[in-house]
Amino acid sequence: MAGQVIYNVANIPNLKILYCYLIANSLIIASPHTNQDYPAMMLEDESRSKLLFQLREILSEEQLITDNEALRPYECDGLSAYKKLPVAVVLPETIEQIQHIMRVCSSLFIPVVARGAGTGLSGGALPHEGGIILGLSRFKNILDIDVDNQTARVQPGVRNLAITEAAREHNLYYAPDPSSQIACSIGGNVAENSGGVHCLKYGLTVHNILQVKIITTEGDLLTLGSATLDNTGYDLLGLITGSEGMLGIIVEILVRLLPRPESVNVIMAAFDKTENAAAAVADIIAAGIIPAGLEMMDKLAIEAVEAFIHAGYPEDAEAMLLCELDGTAGEVLEQSTLVKQQMTNNHAISITEADEPEQQAKLWAGRKSAFPAVGRLSPDYYCMDGTIPRHQIANVLSRMAELSESFGLRVANVFHAGDGNLHPLILYDANIPGELDKAEQFGAEILKLSVDVGGTITGEHGVGSEKIDQMCYQFSDDELSYFHAIKEAFDPNGILNPGKAVPTLHRCAELGQMHVHHGKLPHPELPRF
Amino acid sequence: MPSIPSTPGVIKASELALQEQVKSSLADKTPLAIQGGNSKAFYGNPVNAERLLDVSSHSGIVEYAPCELCLTVCAGTRIVDIDAALAENQQMLPFEPPVYNENATIGGAIAAGLSGPRRAYSGSVRDAVLGVKIINGKGEIISFGGQVMKNVAGYDVTRLMTGSFGTLGVILEVSLKVLPKPALEATLIQPFSHEDSIQHFTSLRKTGLPISASCYYDNQVYLRLSGSEAYISDLYKKKGWGTPSENNNFWQSIRNHTHDFFQQTNKPLWRLSVASVSPASAQLGADSLIEWGGSLRWAAKNTPTNIVKSIAEKKSGHAVLFRGNIPEVQTFPKPEPALFMLHQKLKRKLDPQGIFNPDRLYLGL
Repeated sequence: MAGQVIYNVANIPNLKILYCYLIANSLIIASPHTNQDYPAMMLEDESRSKLLFQLREILSEEQLITDNEALRPYECDGLSAYKKLPVAVVLPETIEQIQHIMRVCSSLFIPVVARGAGTGLSGGALPHEGGIILGLSRFKNILDIDVDNQTARVQPGVRNLAITEAAREHNLYYAPDPSSQIACSIGGNVAENSGGVHCLKYGLTVHNILQVKIITTEGDLLTLGSATLDNTGYDLLGLITGSEGMLGIIVEILVRLLPRPESVNVIMAAFDKTENAAAAVADIIAAGIIPAGLEMMDKLAIEAVEAFIHAGYPEDAEAMLLCELDGTAGEVLEQSTLVKQQMTNNHAISITEADEPEQQAKLWAGRKSAFPAVGRLSPDYYCMDGTIPRHQIANVLSRMAELSESFGLRVANVFHAGDGNLHPLILYDANIPGELDKAEQFGAEILKLSVDVGGTITGEHGVGSEKIDQMCYQFSDDELSYFHAIKEAFDPNGILNPGKAVPTLHRCAELGQMHVHHGKLPHPELPRF
Repeated sequence: MPSIPSTPGVIKASELALQEQVKSSLADKTPLAIQGGNSKAFYGNPVNAERLLDVSSHSGIVEYAPCELCLTVCAGTRIVDIDAALAENQQMLPFEPPVYNENATIGGAIAAGLSGPRRAYSGSVRDAVLGVKIINGKGEIISFGGQVMKNVAGYDVTRLMTGSFGTLGVILEVSLKVLPKPALEATLIQPFSHEDSIQHFTSLRKTGLPISASCYYDNQVYLRLSGSEAYISDLYKKKGWGTPSENNNFWQSIRNHTHDFFQQTNKPLWRLSVASVSPASAQLGADSLIEWGGSLRWAAKNTPTNIVKSIAEKKSGHAVLFRGNIPEVQTFPKPEPALFMLHQKLKRKLDPQGIFNPDRLYLGL
């Protein structure tokens, strides 16, 4: 029997891990999940032939995939528990082709799911059985690097890391660095508002792009944002960023580049109590320092990483912090002293400093391979993505330990402590009947806990197909209706990525959950027993 | 540092009062002019509404935990009060919003989307917003975003509200990212011609100097360098700049437009947002004032509108008529037709009865 892995395709720092990844993936089975709002809706033969006929008018044979075997690689994204086959995959190469595709699909009411590199972790690029996948992989050119203005104009299929590689000769780089940066596309980054380990200081995707060009459902080409530091009108650039392919097709992006920092230092500290590590995080921030990265790992994650790649992590620790500081040499030196002070004040049992790029790469390799490392501990794992206020870190971790005990499932914690973005990895075995359900319930409890302490159900992975039900918990009906109103302004017929990101009110009602919004019960006047 | 317990979900009396006013405007179909401190009334087109919605009494800090780097405030809170509360904890608003008079509110700053001298270095108002609570076009009170730095659940309504000039709803509460305030902010003044200043700004961007504001005016370039006392002193010593000295008054006068340049009320004041490296414009003259490393250029000129606009457009930017009235000229350049249509569709969906600040952003919106 095969297990089920919900896996980050993108955590592939080297071939060894890639090998593990392939092994892991060969075990994947299809998920029992179905999307209740949008039941399997096969296209009628007549609509299908109309669609394919009209697409063939503009696409070459190899740009239009309809054969079942050739469609297979597109059946899921990085969240491989959810799989569906689309009617067709189109791989346009020009903006005119995309405009044509959108006009055809609008006139025939055919769902369109945009897809970049397919590394997303929330099933945002999961195909629709009655629709097409619009693959943007052929838009892979860096159109221009403007060294003086420190910007790059790129097509959506360009890989995140390729931008930094191309800018390197000018001593510039693109700041957001999701773990999947080796594979993920910049268009997908915009659609998901991707983060990474350097968000605390350098922001998310939305802070690092100036302008995007989109194609609307009507096939119009619009420019949102501006090439300058200011803009007028509604912030549609902000609205499209993180909109998960629901509002338009992103076809070009102007990103901001930053000068490479003069100096970088990485400090690792081990703690024998999780609370101490959490307190050190709060104290570093309170001391007026904004580290470039501030990551935390718990005992289970540390052990997994050490067993996997021997990064030199302290195996006797209950928790460890990885703190990266960057800037001018003077700034980094000054901040390093302060950070070490805060770590010592909070009873760090060991502190290791890496100021050489090679040592730093080794320390980071451990963090970046944490997901696959944890994957070796258990047949299956489920990766969550809640964000909580920093002062809740210790509380949430101890609540999670209680939940772990009551569900009888282990949980490893690897997260961006600096910005409170948790990635609990719930370990389970899909071969044991009921264990997947238990893992999902555990995950849902963690997300609810995140909302209850003032956080959110997703910090950087997006809602997609995966967290659609938890949206009912985080938002009230009025708020969800507001999202739908925005969607209608862009996409009146609902052909863009239907069934994702925002649940219908009907779905939330069907779930029958007690909706507790911001700690308030609906109809508090009613007695409850 | 102690954190203040969160009390979200509680609707304040002042919010209910504002909600009642919105509901009655919806009932009798009377548009509202939303007002905070009324410090930016000159900015934007005149609002086509007779009834006033005064948000200024809905004020106060809702939650502020310095170690979270996040502040949640009621929209009517005065910016001067926020600056003071943050300064007590050695923190600040990263975007340095202008305070044209001391009644200026944070709600107004968000709605107008204006950022001050620090914008090119630590981000704009839209970069700092984390969450909003609003009254929408149906009179409902709803919240989006939150108090955490990373949050991608749902569409980014917080940014949609930022810079929308109150045309989509009434901002009740906003959560903002705050930053540590540098211990020392030194001002370096060096002579540069109008033309050379741009080249100078461009080369500065590659240096990694801890610049937190920059300005060209009257043949001088002003730089604000921020950091710890030891670090800035050391930097000055290495560069041979002598002893660092603060000149907070100068930066306040640029931020709040009390500088002489901004007092030329007999001429229209244009605000040009352009690509930073665009050459200095001889047509706008050497008496213009430049900020944000070359990206923001102010001109107090009677130059014809079409010329000003084409100068900005040639530099991949746009020109805003910031102050002054020119017949037939709207404050903001109108977007191209398809983009304007999208603005109209959003407005119709989110404010179906068109009661919020009609015309302020664009005539007919």
